[in-house]
Amino acid sequence: MSDTTIVVNGVPRRVPEGVSLAVALWRLGIHSFRRDSTGRPRAPLCAMGSCHECRVVIDGHADQRSCLVEVREGMKVELPT
Amino acid sequence: MSSPDVVVIGGGIIGAAIARELASAKLSVVIVERAFAGAGSTGAAMGHLVVMGDSRGELALTVHSRKRWHEWLRQAPPSTEPAHTGTIWIAADDAELAAAKRKAVALARGGVATELLDRGQLHEAEPELAPDLVGGLRIPDDMVCYPPAAARWLADEAIRLGAEWIEGRVIGIESGRVRLSDGRSIAAEHVVVAAGPWSTELLPELPLIPRRGHLAISSRTPIRLHHQVIELGYLASAHSMDAASVAFNIQPRTTGQLLIGSSRELVGFDTAINRSLLARMLHHAQRFVPAVSRVPISRVWTGFRPAVADATPLIGRWPAPGNLWVATGHEGLGITMAPGTAELITAAITGDTPPIDPLPYRPDRDLQQSGEAAA
Repeated sequence: MSDTTIVVNGVPRRVPEGVSLAVALWRLGIHSFRRDSTGRPRAPLCAMGSCHECRVVIDGHADQRSCLVEVREGMKVELPT
Repeated sequence: MSSPDVVVIGGGIIGAAIARELASAKLSVVIVERAFAGAGSTGAAMGHLVVMGDSRGELALTVHSRKRWHEWLRQAPPSTEPAHTGTIWIAADDAELAAAKRKAVALARGGVATELLDRGQLHEAEPELAPDLVGGLRIPDDMVCYPPAAARWLADEAIRLGAEWIEGRVIGIESGRVRLSDGRSIAAEHVVVAAGPWSTELLPELPLIPRRGHLAISSRTPIRLHHQVIELGYLASAHSMDAASVAFNIQPRTTGQLLIGSSRELVGFDTAINRSLLARMLHHAQRFVPAVSRVPISRVWTGFRPAVADATPLIGRWPAPGNLWVATGHEGLGITMAPGTAELITAAITGDTPPIDPLPYRPDRDLQQSGEAAA
């Protein structure tokens, strides 16, 4: 499997080519994708676009469901730390 | 299975409220729900707890029920998202402002506090509204809740008071007995049908029609509304039965999201999104709150209101062998009207004095005649 580079909160990271962004982030050890209204961490649940728990900022666009988006070279991802 | 005093068919807000009221009157109750609490019309409701007085019986039932909701929400868990937002009915022009004044007079007759807002007061109360809107009518004691969580809470309360919850699908009602699709059958002294627009599956003669609506919810947004805002033109739209229509209605949710409605159309039980109607609905919302154009929409969905031609619910005895009762037909006011509906049904079953005159809601009334009375 070849790799591609995405930029997570400004840091370039190597991830497998052809996987969804949710899978890529999970493999990087990132398990908190967003925060709910009380500040609690949320993580992907359904991995098929229904639960909306995997939303992150992709290339400046808020609320993108990372489970539905394939990683792309140079993709900029922002999520709460 | 033992024979309860009452079987309630439907675990939406109406069925759950009835079960709780019956159980607190010490009756033994079984609730039969085919999915989960609030899975039907309740889950597609915005959750307004409002007074309205636009058809016969509507004022009495909404005023009484809202009073009970004030008590209920003091006991309800935070999951029900109680919000004392009040309502502002928005006037887009002078004719609607005149309608607001008439509405204030009608509501005052029911003892409802209202406050007319001129243009300056309206925009002071809600700075996000379009500047050309001329005024409004504020109903300070209206509230908002999260309907499926409210139904779940009421069902849990009923269970705590001794009611039994059964997951199953009722396929037939005979005198004093309901039959389930899995072969079970439950004998009961009384049967209450509270299955929303699907009640016609069991009682085809009920004068009910499913009226589809769309809702859209935004992501959390810094755009702030303080009240639930509805256009006065809503009433014209809500009361015309034929054509597909949209009416502006936004609720600020406790989560920081905006819940945007509304649409009405008659398409049977088709759940598919009508994209052009949804576009019309959102475009219409922007006319009242221009910032809606900048709000990311997280989800859209459809649901079905149980509508009746004279815009008045069906609550009471159904003419059939055995003790058969119906509680449905609330169209867009089922969440608001749940407490009063539960009390009317419970009083009818126990023989107690009803909290309000039950006559306008008689399920076997002449709809033609009562429709004219409402108009």
